[in-house]
Amino acid sequence: MANDGTILTAADLAGNGAYGNDPDVHGKFGIFGGRYVPEALIPALDEVAAVYEKAKNDVAFLREFDHLLRTYAGRPTTLTEVPRFGEQAGGARIILKREDLTHTGAHKINNVLGQALLTKRLGKKRVIAETGAGQHGVATATAAALLGLECVIYMGEVDCERQALNVARMKLLGATVVPVSNGSQTLKDAINEAFRDWVTNVDTTHYLFGTVAGPHPFPEIVRDFARIIGVEARRQMLELTGRLPDAVCACVGGGSNAIGIFHAFIGDEGVQLHGYEAAGHGLASGEHALTLTAGSVGVLHGSRTYVLQDEEGQTIESHSISAGLDYPGVGPEHAWLKDSGRATYHGVTDDEAMAAFSLLARTEGIIPAIESSHALAGALELGRELGPEATILVNLSGRGDKDMGTAMKYFNL
Amino acid sequence: MTTLQTVFATAKAANRAALVGYLPAGFPSKEGAVAAAAALVEAGCDVIEIGLPYSDPLMDGPTIQDAVHRSLLNGTRIADVMRTVEGVAATGAATLVMTYWNPIDRYGAERFARDLANAGGVGTITPDLTPEESEPWRAASAAAGIDTVFLVAPSSTEARIKAVVDCCTGFVYAASLMGVTGARETVNVAAEDLVKRTRAHTALPVCVGLGVGTGKQAAEVAGYADGVIVGSAFIRRMLDAPDEAAGRESIAVLAREMAEGVRSRA
Repeated sequence: MANDGTILTAADLAGNGAYGNDPDVHGKFGIFGGRYVPEALIPALDEVAAVYEKAKNDVAFLREFDHLLRTYAGRPTTLTEVPRFGEQAGGARIILKREDLTHTGAHKINNVLGQALLTKRLGKKRVIAETGAGQHGVATATAAALLGLECVIYMGEVDCERQALNVARMKLLGATVVPVSNGSQTLKDAINEAFRDWVTNVDTTHYLFGTVAGPHPFPEIVRDFARIIGVEARRQMLELTGRLPDAVCACVGGGSNAIGIFHAFIGDEGVQLHGYEAAGHGLASGEHALTLTAGSVGVLHGSRTYVLQDEEGQTIESHSISAGLDYPGVGPEHAWLKDSGRATYHGVTDDEAMAAFSLLARTEGIIPAIESSHALAGALELGRELGPEATILVNLSGRGDKDMGTAMKYFNL
Repeated sequence: MTTLQTVFATAKAANRAALVGYLPAGFPSKEGAVAAAAALVEAGCDVIEIGLPYSDPLMDGPTIQDAVHRSLLNGTRIADVMRTVEGVAATGAATLVMTYWNPIDRYGAERFARDLANAGGVGTITPDLTPEESEPWRAASAAAGIDTVFLVAPSSTEARIKAVVDCCTGFVYAASLMGVTGARETVNVAAEDLVKRTRAHTALPVCVGLGVGTGKQAAEVAGYADGVIVGSAFIRRMLDAPDEAAGRESIAVLAREMAEGVRSRA
C-alpha cells in the first residue's frame, strides 16, 4: 500500500518488469505484439505511448485513477467463496473475484476509466471504441459521460441484435452506436471500422481500445489498467486464506480480464494460470473461438499473435454463444504466456459454459456473464483434477444481466 | 518486363507523371480483373497494382471493401493473384501487388517474393508493414529482385519519413490524407507538402494516392508528384456498371482522362 493513502501505486499499475514480461521498445513480447498498422497511425500510437509513459509515473494521475476506481467503479471488489458451487468441482475451494459487482457490471470499467483519463491528457475530446458483447461499449460510454467526452461505439450488426439491451444502455449514456454490417458483422469487423474512423479523425480522437490486443502500446496500457484485478485479488487471497491460490482461472476472448487477474501472479511460480477460450460447438465443428488452442501465428488488428486463419492468412470467423469471446485473435501477451508455458489455455464449449452459468445461479445466487461462465466451467473441471485440497481463484469478470435474452432462448425460460 | 525504373525514367523524360491504377484480383471476376487492367493499360496506365483480397482490409474505404468482399466470394486465392499478375504483366505495364502483410507472412515471405517475380511482378506495396517489422520482407524481395514500396502519411514526422523511404525501392507511396481509400471531392492540400518533405530524404520517385478521382485532380497532383495513383474511382465505376464490358468501357474513359491529366501538369 502506498504511503500517501491511496490503494494504488505506480508498481501496482504497471508492475516492475521484474518478471521479464514487459514488452520491448517495439512493443514485442518475445516474437509477439509489435505494430502492423498504416504509417498514418504511427505518430498517434507514439503519442499515446509517450503520454501513458508519463502518466503512469505521475502521482497526480495515479491518484485520479485510484479515486475513480474507488468512488465510481466500486473498488476494491470483494472475494466470494462459493462452497456449494465448489462441491461440484471435486470439493475444491473455489473463490470468485467479483468484477461483476463493479459499476456497469464488468471488469471493463477499469480500463476505460484509465484510458478516459489518458484521453484528457492527450488533449482529445472524442473517443471511439469497438464492442462485442457491448460491455466495453457501455463502459466506454459511461466513462465518456462522466468526463464529458464525445463517444462513438462501433458494434457488429449481429452483436447489436444479440445484445440489444446494451445498445440501449449506450444510447441512454449519450453515445452514438454505429452498427457495422460488413464482414462477419461481429467484433473483428467493429475493430476494423474503429481503426478506419481513427485514421480519419486521429487529431481529435482517442481510440479507447477495449482489450489487450491491437498495436503497441494498447496491449500494455490495457493490461496495466486491468492489472488492479489481480493486485487486489492477490492481497485478498493472502488475507482470506493465508496463502496464494493453487490456480487462477479466467476466460479469454481478447484476453483483458485474464491478463488483469493473471499478471500479479506471474512471478508466483506455484500458482497455475489457466485461460479458457470459447470452444463454441466444439473444435471439430469448426465453429469456435479457439485462437490459442487451435489457431496459428499471424498478424491481426496490428499485432503478431495467434489468429484463426486459413492457410493463406485469411481470417476465419469465430463462433461463441458469448459475444465477448467471439474474436478470432487474442492479446500478444497471452500468445507469449502460452509459448513460454507460464499459462495454459483450454477450450470450453457453449454447452459447458451454459451449464456452469446455470449452476452458479442455482447454487450461489449469482448470475454470471456467459463469458465468465467459461472460466467457471474450467474451474469445475480443474477442481475435479486438483482435488479437495486445492484453492482456485476464478475471475468472475462480469454479471449476466445482459445475457438474459440468450439464456431465455437457451434454457427455454 | 517493364520495370518501375523504366516507367519513371520514361515519364520524367516526357515531363509528365506516371499513372498508376489499382484493381483487386478476382474482381469483378478472375478473368474480368485481367481484362479490366488491360483496358486501363491501353487507356494510358503505366503501372498496375493488383490488390490481394484480404478478409480484414482496415485501411480501405467502402468501395474497395465491397470489391474485395466480392472477390473473396468469387473464391480468389493467392494462386489467382499470381495468375492475374502474369496476365497484366503481359500487357507491358509494370505490375505490383498491393497487400496487407498477413497473407504474405502466412504464405511465406521468400515463397511469395519468388512466385511474384516468376509471375512477372516487379514489386509490392504493403500498407500495414512498418519499417520496424519490414526486414524479413525486404530481404526476401531483394533476393527475388522485386521492389518494396511503403507508405508515408501527412502525420509522418521527419524521422518516420526517413525510416520509411530507407526501406523503399522503386518509389515511395505518399498517402494524400489521413483516412481510408476512396475518391474525394478535392485532393488534400497536405499531399503537396508531404511530397516536398519526402523528397528531402530520397531521390526515389514519389507517387500520391488516396482520394484522386478525376483528370483535373490527376493534373493537379502531377504538378508536384512523380506518379498519380487511382483505385476507388475505377472500382466505383465497375461496381456501378451493368456488366463487365460496360465497366471496362467506363474505366477506360476515366483512365484516358487521367492519362491526359498526368500529361498536363497543373
